[in-house]
Amino acid sequence: MIRMDLSKSPYIAPFLRNRWPQFLIRAVTLAGFIFTILTGLIGSEVGSNNFAVIFVWIAWWSALKLFFIPLGGRSWCSICPIPMPGEWLQNEGIFKPRRFQSSKRKNWPKALRGNWLQAFAFLLIGLFGAVILTSPRVTALILLGLIIVAFILSLIFERRSFCLYLCPIGGFTGLYAKLAPLEVRAKQSVLCAQHGEKTCYQACPWGQYPLALKSSANCGLCMECLRVCPYDNISVNLRPWGEEISKGSKPTLDETFLGLMMLTTALADAAIFLGPWGKLKAAAYWVGTSAWWWFVIAFLLGALFLMPGLYLLAVWSSTRLARSGSTLRSALTYFSPFLLPLGLTGWIAFTISFAFTKFSYILPVLSDPLGWEWNLLGLSGKASVGEISPLSSFLQVVVIAAGMFWAARTARQLSSSHRQVMPLVMFIASFGIAMLWLLVG
Amino acid sequence: MNRITILVNSLKSFTTQNWFSIFLAAGILWLPLPLPEKPPLERHIRIEASTYQFTPEEIHVNAGDRITIELVSTDVIHGLSLDGYSLVMRAEPGQTARATFTADRSGVFRFRCAVPCGNLHPFMIGKMRVGSNIFLIRAAALGLLGIGVAMRIPSTSFRRPDKGPL
Repeated sequence: MIRMDLSKSPYIAPFLRNRWPQFLIRAVTLAGFIFTILTGLIGSEVGSNNFAVIFVWIAWWSALKLFFIPLGGRSWCSICPIPMPGEWLQNEGIFKPRRFQSSKRKNWPKALRGNWLQAFAFLLIGLFGAVILTSPRVTALILLGLIIVAFILSLIFERRSFCLYLCPIGGFTGLYAKLAPLEVRAKQSVLCAQHGEKTCYQACPWGQYPLALKSSANCGLCMECLRVCPYDNISVNLRPWGEEISKGSKPTLDETFLGLMMLTTALADAAIFLGPWGKLKAAAYWVGTSAWWWFVIAFLLGALFLMPGLYLLAVWSSTRLARSGSTLRSALTYFSPFLLPLGLTGWIAFTISFAFTKFSYILPVLSDPLGWEWNLLGLSGKASVGEISPLSSFLQVVVIAAGMFWAARTARQLSSSHRQVMPLVMFIASFGIAMLWLLVG
Repeated sequence: MNRITILVNSLKSFTTQNWFSIFLAAGILWLPLPLPEKPPLERHIRIEASTYQFTPEEIHVNAGDRITIELVSTDVIHGLSLDGYSLVMRAEPGQTARATFTADRSGVFRFRCAVPCGNLHPFMIGKMRVGSNIFLIRAAALGLLGIGVAMRIPSTSFRRPDKGPL
């Protein structure tokens, strides 16, 4: 299998091993984060004129789906400003690694572990998406809320509990990080086994032990293990896309549920933001009206019953066709890896439509970040309406078709026969064609 | 062996095994489909723009139709910009804006509000379909072809979880 250890590269290794480059990027993202909250709170209430909305939901949210996750998995988490203040407090310094066995903080409750809370948090973002993605005040309050919650949780609980169990974006990136071509792993297991102090585990803000890492879902690529390992026994590998799911990862029920939530929200967002249905947009936007309550009912029915129900039906049919004696619960998790390429490509295709038409808003809000009719760069008022070009549509089709291929291939490899895979393939085809209809139909 | 050589070899092997599917994919995307087309007409279409909504939200016309759009705003100032046609209109409340053009490009085109009208303004969208939406048919066929190819590819490196196949 093709692999390349970036920690051996003379050009890349210094950037990974030294804490300064990461600190500088984190300082910039933290400053940008604070600036975003301020512009959201005091700037124009019109979303398209405010830096907060355009930079968070057009620039950053698109960069996450088109760049950070497909190329680097959880790489955004290594420079995310949200857990920074809490982490610095836990480490009792900005440049220090975590102190060994110093923490008196609690472990995150076992009952709340996994991706369940993240899945419901992401569901809430989907439910209120029309307001959150367009209102500067709400965007600012959400960001402020996230940093406050992350800080408070870092005072009570060990390490990055917020990122691991609560952050909706962490759930999104963690899930699709399994497909990404980047991983941190131990080189020689025998060296780790002989090393009594386990400095890598002690220093890891995510509580991961590199020797035991089978999945990149919960590795934030912070590189602390690389920095503290006395034996230089940590590698940062470039690997083929999707290798982790084809190496027989063991998904859990919460990951399966999160994967299904991502499919539902991708479809819902495509319908709300890119569809021509004005009544649907109004229902999603005007919170508290009777139309909004109908929207809530439909959204929750779709997310909690329809999508999981269709998946359950496909998996149940699949096990029946194979005359397998396995339980439905184990089959639900066993087949779930195919949801990942389907979801990631769905989100990428959605982003092409969502963001490409809105990129012209970025420079004008740099010129007038608060929407106060400033013209700092001479670019204010230059935002165009934007349009979907034939190339963008073609890209969307190719991305969705590639996702259908990838998902079907994963499902086929997990199945024992063509007969068994058929219901899963029907699920994949239904989702893919529904996305195509919403995006280019 | 050099990593690039391995990559090139895998691509070569994939192309050799799937040359027919690649040929088919190119055909699905670019081969002309001789679908019957209706004769062009002269059409007058009234579109009402209200906050975040165009009514009607979808318009179907034939390729070659000569179309006059009457844009009426029922609340604040709205606009209409049609993807692919360089058509931009602006309607003050209570006044009708008109524009005429020939629908000489087939496919589905979004029209969008061209004047900031509130928070959901960037997503105030309508759809105009000119002729049949062959592109969607091609796209769906390409997706299904992808699934078909996936069914043919033999599994060589896949490791199932410990439980084994269900």
